[in-house]
Amino acid sequence: MMKTTKLALLAATMLGATGAAMAQDAELTIESWRNDDLTIWQEKLIPAFEAKHPGIKVTFAPSAPTEYNAVLNSKLDAGTAGDLITCRPFDASLSLYEKGHLSAIQDLENMANFSDVAKAAWSTDDGSATFCVPMASVIHGFIYNKEAFEELGIEPPITNEEFFAVLDKIKEDGTYIPMAMGAKDQWEAATMGYTNIGPNYWKGEEGRLALIEGEQKLTDEQWVEPFRQLAAWAPYLGDGYEAQSYPDSQNLFTLGRAAIFPAGSWEIAIFNEQADFEMGAFAPPLQSAGDECYISDHTDIGIGMNAKTENAEAARTFLNWVGSAEFASLYANSLPGFFSLSNETVEMEDPLAKEFVSWRENCNSTIRPAHQILSRGTPNLWNEMWNVSANVLRGAQTPEDGAKQLQDGLAGWYEPQQ
Amino acid sequence: MAQAVKKPFRWHIAVFLAPAVLIYTAIMIIPLFSTLQLAMFSDVNNSQVFVGLKNFRTLFDDPRWSEQFWNALKNNTWFFIIHMLVQNPIGILLAALLSSPRLRLRVFYRTAIFIPTILSFVIAGFAWKLILSPLWGVAPNLLDLVGLKSLFQPWLGKEAYALTTLALISVWQFVGIPMMLIYAALLSIPDELLEAAECDGITGMSQFWKVKLPLILPAIGIISILTFVGNFNAFDLIYATQGALAGPDFSTDILGTFMFRTFFGFQLQLGDPNLGAAIATAMFGIILIGVSIYLFGIQRRLRRYQF
Repeated sequence: MMKTTKLALLAATMLGATGAAMAQDAELTIESWRNDDLTIWQEKLIPAFEAKHPGIKVTFAPSAPTEYNAVLNSKLDAGTAGDLITCRPFDASLSLYEKGHLSAIQDLENMANFSDVAKAAWSTDDGSATFCVPMASVIHGFIYNKEAFEELGIEPPITNEEFFAVLDKIKEDGTYIPMAMGAKDQWEAATMGYTNIGPNYWKGEEGRLALIEGEQKLTDEQWVEPFRQLAAWAPYLGDGYEAQSYPDSQNLFTLGRAAIFPAGSWEIAIFNEQADFEMGAFAPPLQSAGDECYISDHTDIGIGMNAKTENAEAARTFLNWVGSAEFASLYANSLPGFFSLSNETVEMEDPLAKEFVSWRENCNSTIRPAHQILSRGTPNLWNEMWNVSANVLRGAQTPEDGAKQLQDGLAGWYEPQQ
Repeated sequence: MAQAVKKPFRWHIAVFLAPAVLIYTAIMIIPLFSTLQLAMFSDVNNSQVFVGLKNFRTLFDDPRWSEQFWNALKNNTWFFIIHMLVQNPIGILLAALLSSPRLRLRVFYRTAIFIPTILSFVIAGFAWKLILSPLWGVAPNLLDLVGLKSLFQPWLGKEAYALTTLALISVWQFVGIPMMLIYAALLSIPDELLEAAECDGITGMSQFWKVKLPLILPAIGIISILTFVGNFNAFDLIYATQGALAGPDFSTDILGTFMFRTFFGFQLQLGDPNLGAAIATAMFGIILIGVSIYLFGIQRRLRRYQF
C-alpha cells in the first residue's frame, strides 16, 4: 500500500512537472538596478500581471545601481542573465543590442503608445530598430520645505534673481541651510546641478542637438553660464559640502535642516516617506521673467528582452503589458516621480509629482545633453561632466576652465566638434 | 654487471604535490595567463581580434589614457609610502610594547588592535566616512572639545587631503598585521640571547636597537613586501568610500579603481575588458618588478641568525 502510494506520488510529480512545462508555465526573471522598487514590483506590478496571464511567473531580481552595468554585462556574456533586462538609456543599451544581447521589439502591438522622442533612448541611431519598451522619465527641479518657506515668508522663485534672493534670505535667517547638495559623489553636481539648471541656458533640445551637430561648443556662453551659476551656489551649501555625499544631502533635507533640495523627481517617493513636513517644488529658475522655460525630462528607464531567453513568447507578452495603459497608471502611481512616457494620459494622485509633471505643459522638455552619442568616446563626456561639475562646485576649477576641459575632451574624438 | 638498478619513479611526490598544483593552476595561473591573453586582443565589430601590444600603446602613448595611468600610479605610490612610513613603524612599536614583560592586559591590547583587520573594507570605509562627516561626524565635535575645531576640514572632499586620509584609514585597519608578525618574531628571540646582552650591559632601548631589531629584520622585510603587494592591488577601500570615479577630481584614483572603471565601465562609459586587462597586466608587471627587486636585491643580503 505504502509503496503504491509512493509510486503514484512519484509518477504524479513527474507527470505534473512535464505537464506544466508543456502548458506555457514560463518563469521570467527581471534584471534591474532599481532595488528601491523591489516591494512595488513584488506587491503591485507583478501580481497585476500574473492575474491576467496565469502560467507566467515573474521574479524581480535587482542589483545595486552603481554595479548594475558591470554585473549585467558579465551576466550577459556568461549567459546567466535574466529574461527581461531593465535598460539604461542610450549607449549602454545600444551596445547590448549591437552585441546581440537584446532583441528588437518594435513590432510589439503596444509600442504604438510611445512617441519617437520616448523611443529614441532605446532605438538605433537611424531609428530602424527599438529594443526596449520605455518605462519612465524623471524631471529635474527643486524641492523645497513649504513650512520653512512660510515661516520665513518667502515665495518659490521664478527667475534667477529671485532664486538668489531667496537663498540670501534663508542664509541671513540662519535657521536653515539654504540648499542641500554635496560635491563628494560628483553626480549630484552634474545631474541635479548642471543639467538641472542648464536647459534654460542652452534652450533644451536646440542646444543639445546643436552640440551633436557640432554647431555649438561647450565653451559657448550658453554652456558656460550654468557652471557659473553652479559655482555661485557654493556659499549657500552646508558646512563641509565638499565631503557631503548624496545620502547626506537627502537626510539634511528630510530632517528639515535644509530648505531647498536640487532634485530629480525620483526623490518624491522617498521624501514623502521620510519628511514630516509639507513639500513643494519649483522649476529651474529662468534668466529673466517671461523667458520660455525648459526642463530636463530625462528618459531614464526602459525594459527589453534578453535575446537568449528561453521564454521569448512569455517575455514578449510581459513587454507588451509594460507598454499598456494599465502598467503606465500602475507604475506612475506606485512610484510617484517616475513619469510614464506613454501617450496615454495617466492620472496621478501625488501632489508633488503632479507639480513636477505640470511643467511639461508650459515648458519644453529635453534630455541630459551628454547621453545621446556624445558619451561614446574617451574621455567619456558624462563622466567628465560629473568631475567638472563637482570641481566647479568646490571652487577647484573655474567655470571657463571646466568648460574648456569638456570641450577639449569631446573634440578629441568627436568629429563634428573638431 | 654494470647495469645500474633503475630507481623506481617516486610517485608519492607527484601525488602529494598534485592537489596544490592543480588548485593553484586552476585559480591562479590560468586566470593570470588569460588576463595576459585578453590584453593582447581588441574588440572589433563585436569579435575579438588579436592586436598584439596595441592596448599597451594606447595605455602609455595616448595622453588621455596615460595621464590617468600615471596619476593612478603616482597616487598608488603615495598610498604605499604612507603605509611604509606610518603603518610599519607603528606596527613595530606596538609589537615592541606588547612584548615588554611588564605590560598587563596584553591579550586585550593585541586583540583590540587586531580586530579592525578582520573587518570588511566596506564597514571600515563606512564607519570612517561617518566619523569624518562634516555634518554628523564625531570628528568635528571631538576637535571642538579640545578647542581645535578650526583644524577640521572636510578631509575626504579636499584634493589635498583625501588620499592621505584614506591611506591613514587603511593604516588604522591593517596595523594589526605587522604588529602580529613582528610580535611573533620578537617572541622567538631566545631568552639566553637577551640575558647575554644584559650581561654585556646592553639593556632597554639600546637592547632593542642593537639586538632585537637586527633579529627581526627578515620579518620587517616580509612585511614590507606584503604591504607593497597589498597596496598596489588595493581597490576596495577607495571604491567603498569615494566610488569608482575616485574623487575629488581623481585625486584618490589608484591602479585598482582605474582598472575597475576601465574594465567594467562606469555609468555611460562602456567597459573595455581588453584595455582593462592591459592595465591589470601593467599592475602585475609593477608588482613583479617590486617583488623581484626585494627578493634579489634585499632579501639575499639580509643576514639570518640561527639560534
